[in-house]
Amino acid sequence: MMISFQAVGAQGELRKPALARILRPALGLIVPVGLAVAWELAVKLGLSNGRLVPPPSIILSTFADLAATGELQRHAIVTLMRVAAGFGLGVVFGTLVGAITGYSGLMHRLIDPTLQGLRAIPSIAWVPLFILWFGIFEKSKIILIAIGVFFPVYLGVMGAVLSVDRKIVEVGRVFRLSGPAMVRRILLPAVMPAYVISLRAGLGLGWMFVVAAEFMGASEGLGFLLTDGQQLGKPAQIVAAIVAFALLGKLTDWIIASAAAPFLRWEDAFARR
Amino acid sequence: MLVLDRVSKTYPNGVRALEDVSLQVAAGELLVIIGGSGCGKSTLLRAASGLDTPTQGRVLLDGITIAAPHERIGILFQEPRLLPWLRVADNVGFGLEGRPRAERDKRVAFAIERVGLTEKARVWPRELSGGQAQRVAIARALVTRPSVLLLDEPFSALDAFTRAELQDHLLDLWDEARPILVLVTHDIEEALVLGSRIAIMRSHPGRIAGVIDVPLPRPRDRLSAAFDEQKRRVLKLLDSTLKRQAHKAPLHDFQI
Ligand SMILES: Nc1ncnc2c1ncn2[C@@H]1O[C@H](COP(=O)(O)OP(=O)(O)OP(=O)(O)O)[C@@H](O)[C@H]1O
Ligand SMILES: [Mg+2]
Repeated sequence: MMISFQAVGAQGELRKPALARILRPALGLIVPVGLAVAWELAVKLGLSNGRLVPPPSIILSTFADLAATGELQRHAIVTLMRVAAGFGLGVVFGTLVGAITGYSGLMHRLIDPTLQGLRAIPSIAWVPLFILWFGIFEKSKIILIAIGVFFPVYLGVMGAVLSVDRKIVEVGRVFRLSGPAMVRRILLPAVMPAYVISLRAGLGLGWMFVVAAEFMGASEGLGFLLTDGQQLGKPAQIVAAIVAFALLGKLTDWIIASAAAPFLRWEDAFARR
Repeated sequence: MLVLDRVSKTYPNGVRALEDVSLQVAAGELLVIIGGSGCGKSTLLRAASGLDTPTQGRVLLDGITIAAPHERIGILFQEPRLLPWLRVADNVGFGLEGRPRAERDKRVAFAIERVGLTEKARVWPRELSGGQAQRVAIARALVTRPSVLLLDEPFSALDAFTRAELQDHLLDLWDEARPILVLVTHDIEEALVLGSRIAIMRSHPGRIAGVIDVPLPRPRDRLSAAFDEQKRRVLKLLDSTLKRQAHKAPLHDFQI
């Protein structure tokens, strides 16, 4: 009696989450899809001319046209390269400086206050100075992006190293690990989760700053499509570029997340419960 | 033979955690240390393991000075301290890296089986219960076959049933390899079930108040009259240690 009752209960419980798993994300789609459809209808029915806020169909066709001519890809690749270069620089320096200040108390006291001070400056405020120093072309753009990426990575790595459990490090000492072995077998795996989070935060800022960088004068890139759309009064082009940003941002974030996943399986085991 | 030779440890904040502690533990002996909270038991084990260096005195293993962790000395901390990013089997094999794969696998499998966790070998530490985690930690400490094993309140966080089970495990393991075993506990029964000798510590500063033999045959029966008698004996000793300590200790030792 008891057993059969439990079995039915367990099955019922299994079925419910399966259904809910499909339905729950679908719930989130109702509002945006509903709004899009409503706007499309409003324009179709002549309630609005949709000139400043183009309906979804126009945006889609603009997107498709830009893609068909290869324009979209050309601009997207330029922007992607800028983000990649700035992200790479920011990550390298953020990781190095964060590891050093996290590891050494002296370096922390020496460097961290300055960096925290610099961090308080809204990075866009550097733009005029960067243009003076590095010119209006690629160099100043990439450096601006790198600065945006640097701070979250720096903070993440420093915090992760500082918060490595001393008790776990002692386990390494008990087994007489050498310095490099301690880094490889204890410190690296211990900071990995926080590091991945800081990389993803850094990437997000990288995408934010590439827009700012391309606003400061560019003849190519998705940011150029934005300003170009504004100057020529083509809102559909602006929204198409925004969609491209969203897709690329999501894609690159997904790449980092899935590249890191094998190293964080032990955390997954925890999250799944 | 593990020797603590007039070991003193004063922490940088001025706490005299150990003063003039001398102990000798012979091969194959199981010494239990009991004493109140904060009397310096963990400090003593850490000094014996080479993790911390004493302010004065020295630790010797078969005549060799121990000033840093040594491959023949294993220590089991009060908490399991498993590495969360390694599966159970890899945690157990942590101290065996650099040895041939086959040998490692064999020894790990054996150690895991010994603590009764074979079916958990591929599981992450987070999926273990507290008692299982502690057993993994025991396996990890034993797999390198240390000739000295230092155990800091290994079972104190466990329920009575798991504790008794693990005490039996430990005695079996000790019977097989006969390492020097030093075990810290708050629990008088545990001390009497396990110990060949019991060292009683007093605090402020941490000292050995006395060491007694446990004249009980093994396996020990907690319900026997002889066991009860020994228990009363140890309780009396603890009581008088506490009284002497309260009597002798200057007032400021009790201020917090
Ligand atoms: N790292 C440290 N720095 C300063 N003082 C310490 C440190 N570790 C321990 N102490 C102090 O030294 C004394 C002995 O501590 P210890 O941890 O050895 O006690 P214990 O006997 O193991 O206690 P418990 O049974 O509660 O684990 C205590 O008064 C404690 O406050
Ligand atoms: Mg302790």
